[in-house]
Amino acid sequence: MHPALSVIFFTVVSGAGFGLYSLTAILQLFRLGPAMDRSELLSALITAFVLIVAGLISSTGHLANPKNAWRSFMRVKTSWLSREAVLAVIFFPFALLYLLGVYLYGAHVPVFFGLMGVIAIVLGFMTVFATGMIYACLKTMRQWNTPLVPANYLLMGLTLGALFHLAIEAYYGANLQFIIGVAGTALVMTGVMKGIYYFWIAKTSGPSINTATTFTRATVRLLDVGHTAGTFLTEEFGYRVEPGRLKLLKTAVFALGFILPLILIVVAGAADGGAFALTVFAVLSSLAGKGVERWLFFAEARHVVNLYHGAQHT
Amino acid sequence: MRLGLVIDLDTCVGCHACAVACKQWNTSGTTGPLTDYRPYGADPSGVWFNRIRHYEVGDYPNSKTINFPMSCMHCEDADCVTVCPTGASYKRKEDGVVLVDQTKCMGCNYCSWACPYGARELDRESGTMKKCTLCIDRIYDETLAEIDRQPACVITCPAHARFFGDFDDPDSEVSRLVRERDGMQLMPELGYNPTNRYLPPRINTPIPTEDVRRDSLVGKVKEWVNKAVAR
Repeated sequence: MHPALSVIFFTVVSGAGFGLYSLTAILQLFRLGPAMDRSELLSALITAFVLIVAGLISSTGHLANPKNAWRSFMRVKTSWLSREAVLAVIFFPFALLYLLGVYLYGAHVPVFFGLMGVIAIVLGFMTVFATGMIYACLKTMRQWNTPLVPANYLLMGLTLGALFHLAIEAYYGANLQFIIGVAGTALVMTGVMKGIYYFWIAKTSGPSINTATTFTRATVRLLDVGHTAGTFLTEEFGYRVEPGRLKLLKTAVFALGFILPLILIVVAGAADGGAFALTVFAVLSSLAGKGVERWLFFAEARHVVNLYHGAQHT
Repeated sequence: MRLGLVIDLDTCVGCHACAVACKQWNTSGTTGPLTDYRPYGADPSGVWFNRIRHYEVGDYPNSKTINFPMSCMHCEDADCVTVCPTGASYKRKEDGVVLVDQTKCMGCNYCSWACPYGARELDRESGTMKKCTLCIDRIYDETLAEIDRQPACVITCPAHARFFGDFDDPDSEVSRLVRERDGMQLMPELGYNPTNRYLPPRINTPIPTEDVRRDSLVGKVKEWVNKAVAR
């Protein structure tokens, strides 16, 4: 699959935003970890909003005909893309009401605003789940057609959210032990999940050139594709990465996305000063790693239409 | 009604006439124009509803060249319709034809991702998704003679390898062909239940040629004369 930068930016950044929003609201509403004051909460929630909105705006970048984008709310009954769009929009009123509650009352929000926060948390998770399902529901790409994909999207969002939260707490000089524990656990879990995913997709399965052409009792070889230059199909689905580069990029995913941030936040917890700088580096490193991860998610997906252009198996 | 095509892989000669006829008809049809990019450049490209690929099936000397025309299969369980967020992609209840409403499409490519057959192509000029309409503006045109109310690809095929009809009618030509010659679906394991069917090559016993080639006396004389003249 051709990796579209706008979609990569959208899924990583808005995923991080939803993760940060949900995690902050959970920690505050369920009184987990050290108490946060009004300014810490506001910083975290507003950062989350900025990330979500930036991501959503970027998501329209890959549309060939954006003037019809408003119609994408029309098919909630069948389309995960439509569900995601609707959920992302419904999230805002509830999330903004909770933000208003925090703005007015600080850490001790009244029950009504707390309830709005809980609904926003659920909607945030549902939105990220729907983003994952956009890909996981496609039977044409076995690398996407697995429950590991929405699980991965949710965990990635939570991990980045936890790292952002950690950086904001570090900025205010709060006690970091608890949130380092949360972010560390999230990093390890997401890293393991990503490892499982890479293991899972390494095995070839699904349609082959034989079922694609009905000739299941003989070898089938492409003689000619019937066109002299690239087509929409070869441009959109024919994207290939060299195996050597693939390995390098996968190493980068784990090194930048999980291992380096984990080391940085552990050091940040132990060090006397400079915790904020270290956590910012952890966020940046993890963002870079997850950008590469999302790029690979697209670049590695093999659409079955490639079978007709010479691939023997997807 | 369940309209669709039957394509005979035995008689298709791979001449691309169906693709050209399709492009010609539909570029001025309901979803046209079908844009051409760099038509006079080094790498001309463009939107086509119908593409023909060529494969070698089996190993030499028991191999055969198969020409493989592919357009929209008008699937019974069309994921391109269910995934579409705008409702631009739809399947007509009355005849099962899958169409794209050009006024609603936002060009997100999602339907093309969902289609395993590569039947949908984004028109980069209009920013909308285009696909085979089964010549919807032709097959229902009552000003045309009955015999002309068929898709352009079917009418033009010089090898008569394409058939159009209603698969719900057991007496239609397409139903009969599928029944008699084991019409196959492409990638049935994905569960899209494509309407279009492909007829496998007929298994023919080779025609013996030894006796045909045996030379007569006249033949031998002709051969000698030919050789002599050639020198």
